[in-house]
Amino acid sequence: MKIVMAVIKPFKLEEVRDALTALGVHGLTVTEVKGYGRQKGHTEIYRGAEYAVSFLPKIKIEVAVPADLVASAIEAIANAARTGQIGDGKIFVVPLEKAVRIRTGETDGDAL
Amino acid sequence: MIPSILTKAAASTLALVVLATAAVAQDAAPEAAEAVEYAVAGDTAFVFNTLLFLIGGFLVMWMAAGFAMLEAGMVRSKNVSMQCLKNIGLYSIAGLMFWVVGYNLMYDGVDGGFFGSFTPKSIPAPDAEVAGDGYAAASDWFFQMVFCATTASIVSGTIAERTKMWPFFIFVAVLTGIIYPITGSWQWGAGWLYEMGFSDFAGSTLVHSVGGWAALAGALIIGARTDKYTADGKVMPLPGSSMPLATLGTFILWLGWFGFNGASQLALGTISDASAVAKIFMNTNLAAAAGVVAAMILCQIVYKKVDLTIALNGALAGLVSITAGPLDPSVPLAILIGAVGGAIVVFAVPLLDKLKIDDVVGAIPVHLLAGIWGTMVVPLSTEGTSFVTQLIGVVSIGAFAFVASGIVWYVLKMATGLRVSKEEEMAGLDKLEVGVEAYPEFAGAGRA
Repeated sequence: MKIVMAVIKPFKLEEVRDALTALGVHGLTVTEVKGYGRQKGHTEIYRGAEYAVSFLPKIKIEVAVPADLVASAIEAIANAARTGQIGDGKIFVVPLEKAVRIRTGETDGDAL
Repeated sequence: MIPSILTKAAASTLALVVLATAAVAQDAAPEAAEAVEYAVAGDTAFVFNTLLFLIGGFLVMWMAAGFAMLEAGMVRSKNVSMQCLKNIGLYSIAGLMFWVVGYNLMYDGVDGGFFGSFTPKSIPAPDAEVAGDGYAAASDWFFQMVFCATTASIVSGTIAERTKMWPFFIFVAVLTGIIYPITGSWQWGAGWLYEMGFSDFAGSTLVHSVGGWAALAGALIIGARTDKYTADGKVMPLPGSSMPLATLGTFILWLGWFGFNGASQLALGTISDASAVAKIFMNTNLAAAAGVVAAMILCQIVYKKVDLTIALNGALAGLVSITAGPLDPSVPLAILIGAVGGAIVVFAVPLLDKLKIDDVVGAIPVHLLAGIWGTMVVPLSTEGTSFVTQLIGVVSIGAFAFVASGIVWYVLKMATGLRVSKEEEMAGLDKLEVGVEAYPEFAGAGRA
């Protein structure tokens, strides 16, 4: 099992969700985050004074998937979230030791 | 239900027709009218004048809501409750002070002098008032009270986000009970400026500049918000929490201004008065509109983007500019006066930042500078006025308001302190001074 974690542009969330659902992924956790990468920030102007916005709003999604789905999940997220412009985001994959469904006590593959 | 409403409407329409006819008779052919019609016409004038004061008065009262929303939107979310509290507090204190001493200090026995009497306002019993009074005494008090409160509203926005609450309220009590009534008595109380021929129809100087001077004195003595200017002189914008609230507040102020300027005609008993009020509405609206458009165009040219808060300030600057003379200017002149008001904002906001004068909502450009501009252009359209007399009014009222406010701010700084602690400023005034956060369910409510 792996956690596939992706930081994406906020308006791409629905497309990413649809792509993952089509793969048979049944759960997704979403967090509103701020950050910067190659895109860096931009400048805004308020009452005549410019200021730098260093951290841009992004959406972070986390999805737990069985090992055999990892590659297709990555591909689905990347395809759905890509605009080709700078700031499309990144995907990280980290190992997942254990999963438990709280209601039933099922574990690991049964809990996903 | 429906038929009875219709009957009532028909009856009141008929009554209005009768009243209107009486008024026409009084104006057009007084020698032909009978004595009975005079009595009816006098009552009618009393009723309509009083109605004008009451409607104008509650519209200006509603400007307190406009200031509250404008300021709530322009401060950061950690200071919103405090800004709302200051606004309802100052409106209430102003009302009490204007009864205790303010009204009579401004209007009672000034006689070409420098102030009236230090007594509370008393009003006759309702059935003791007669047509010859012109209007109900309490309607006049109410109408003048809301102007006094407006002056205090101007101050709270400039010095937002760092000023202690109770010392601010003490300042408001002195401003609304003593300072505003004294400068007001010089003109509207028939004091020395009035005798000299100064003209300020609805208060570009008496209300707006006085509030602006008090705010400027406060901003200088209290100092800027801690984060506002860096050590190397850079301006750090601290964007407000809610642009929709600031916009709503501006629209509310714009609406209230029809009461502010329109009802300052002070009479609605004749066709010429009714027509004057209508013309004032038209000029007032067009000046505000020109202020917005001028501010938007200049913003686009200077900054390549249109800052909403500057456009909002442009509306208010247009309104303040036309307030000294909303009746006499032709429509094109009213538009020009308002447009220059809007332009003043675009250039004065960054100028104040260069001087490190931290004005959170832009009240100094809007109320002080546009107020001076509006007062100085009165002689372009109002007969019997002169630039010299207008300048004497602007300077004398400004000097008194600035110095007296400065003294009060300084005494409060020595006695109680004016600023919250740096820790409190960082955490937000809502948490430590009010104890009620504006948006407790937002995770970021406590952030800078």
